[in-house]
Amino acid sequence: MTGRDLSLAAGAAIAVGALAVVPLVLGDYGLSLAINIASYTVLATAWSLFSGPTRYVSLATVAFFGIGAYTTAVFAETLAWPLVLAIAAGVGIVVAALVGLSTLRLSGVYFVVFSFGLAELVRQLVTWFEVNRTRTLGRYVFTDITAAQIYWQLLALAVLVFAAGFWIGRSRLGLALRAIGDDETVARHAGIDTTRAKLALFVLSTLFMTLTGAVMAPRWTYIDPAIAFNPVVSFTVLIMALLGGVHRLYGPVLGVVPLALLFELLLARFPNHFSIMVGLVFIVIVYLIPRGMVGLVEDAVRKPA
Amino acid sequence: MLIETTLSGVILGGMYALVALGLTLQYGVARIMNLSYGELLIAAAFAALWFSSGLMVNPLIGLLVVPPAAFAVSYVIYRVLLAPLVRRAANRDALEVDSILATFGLLFVIQGVMLAAFGGAYFSYSFLAVPVQIAGVTVAANRLLALVLALAIGLGLYLALTRTRLGTAVRAVAVDPTAAQLVAIDVRAVAAFAFALGGALTAAAGVLVSMFLTFNANLGVVFTLKALVVVIMGGVGNLLGALIAGLILGLVENYVAVLVDPGLTLAATYAIFLIVLLLRPQGILGRANR
Repeated sequence: MTGRDLSLAAGAAIAVGALAVVPLVLGDYGLSLAINIASYTVLATAWSLFSGPTRYVSLATVAFFGIGAYTTAVFAETLAWPLVLAIAAGVGIVVAALVGLSTLRLSGVYFVVFSFGLAELVRQLVTWFEVNRTRTLGRYVFTDITAAQIYWQLLALAVLVFAAGFWIGRSRLGLALRAIGDDETVARHAGIDTTRAKLALFVLSTLFMTLTGAVMAPRWTYIDPAIAFNPVVSFTVLIMALLGGVHRLYGPVLGVVPLALLFELLLARFPNHFSIMVGLVFIVIVYLIPRGMVGLVEDAVRKPA
Repeated sequence: MLIETTLSGVILGGMYALVALGLTLQYGVARIMNLSYGELLIAAAFAALWFSSGLMVNPLIGLLVVPPAAFAVSYVIYRVLLAPLVRRAANRDALEVDSILATFGLLFVIQGVMLAAFGGAYFSYSFLAVPVQIAGVTVAANRLLALVLALAIGLGLYLALTRTRLGTAVRAVAVDPTAAQLVAIDVRAVAAFAFALGGALTAAAGVLVSMFLTFNANLGVVFTLKALVVVIMGGVGNLLGALIAGLILGLVENYVAVLVDPGLTLAATYAIFLIVLLLRPQGILGRANR
């Protein structure tokens, strides 16, 4: 470890410590906002972990988020909490591996198309299963997990996702992924097993999404497939990650915080026109800030030199 | 029962093929992966509803008015919204990502407008809902009419692309934009034209679908998804491939819905999609190494 690494680690520890006391100072409304930001931070960072270096735009975030949430809804009453999280992780990994194995060998567009419909597919399968096998649609989530505990779990997930991103950035896997993002054909000729590298990262990235869904589920007391697999979540994650910038680990956070606050405001002021506003914000970002906030920051830093 | 299922499968497949024709033009020629595609289709369905229930005229008149309007709207969308992305893109992959993102935003804008105007309720209107006997099987006249019109539109498009000068230019750009430029084809103008024509076809499909289907403002995504699957299955830019893939999809969905369970149709769609992708990644009629 170099001196820079040490100071980085110390800074991160102080930041996490400061964030950990947030539930003790904020009121109910502030805490729900903080939970919102924390969950989108994990989701957007996990999203850009895979989609940033590989440039495979994934529209399937909510498929995994929903799988996690549903697992909690099914098992939370009967099983111990760590076991519920483990089951959610297991289901998420299996689904991600299946999706990855069948689509990641192909060109990026196929992956986009597949991920576009994945949430709808999983939603229909869950609905079908519930209606035909368990004869219920919609479940109540009763746990004794408090809002503050949800927040702390999300904070822990955020720490893990940043650690994973930091580690990947310095590993052979990270180098392989950057090569794939630059030119996949060249990467393959350089001896990189591109499918395996992409698959590993996809599974890791979706694992965090699944766990976020599982942790967040107790926030709703009632859950049904339409709530758990709401496509707006995929969209929101994508737009936050893009606004922040996907080429730096800290990028997505820069998009999450302003947009989470903006959406909170829009949802309160224009509940009926929310999706129009979000769509417009998104288009503006794609056109005016193609490299994200990170790009703006880096330009600003470089200019004086 | 088997004949009945097959016939309704063919009708559904014909509609899927028509829905996909527009997208194959937009993606195969203009190279825009348009995720807001289904939203335009639903908007056209609402326009047809307005013709039928609001103005009390035959929705077929809508078929004469709505597609040209959609042509104009799509042309403007391409020129204003997408052309800057085409200019900015360094290569085809970059354009693909940018167009996916921009049209994804557009999806939410159009959907939001329709939700604000009509809410989430389901709409339909009654037009030619009379039974017709074919080969001992009963079909609704509106479905049959929709299929016939879809085939006529498809055939018209095929002739226009193969028999006219502009159609040849469109096909040339689909094959290779750089080479097309070398034989004095204005690629940007052709791409804009193809995108707008794709929009007009979508609108025509929307009007036809609205004659027999109950729809709501949220349904666009389903059509986009089906169209994407059909286009990729058939081979990007290939009209005949889209027709075959559309028919396969319609038949399989109907068989699964009738013989297995209606809740599993999307799973069936995905299963065929995956099988085709794994066996022939370039599509049923696609060229290898496009």
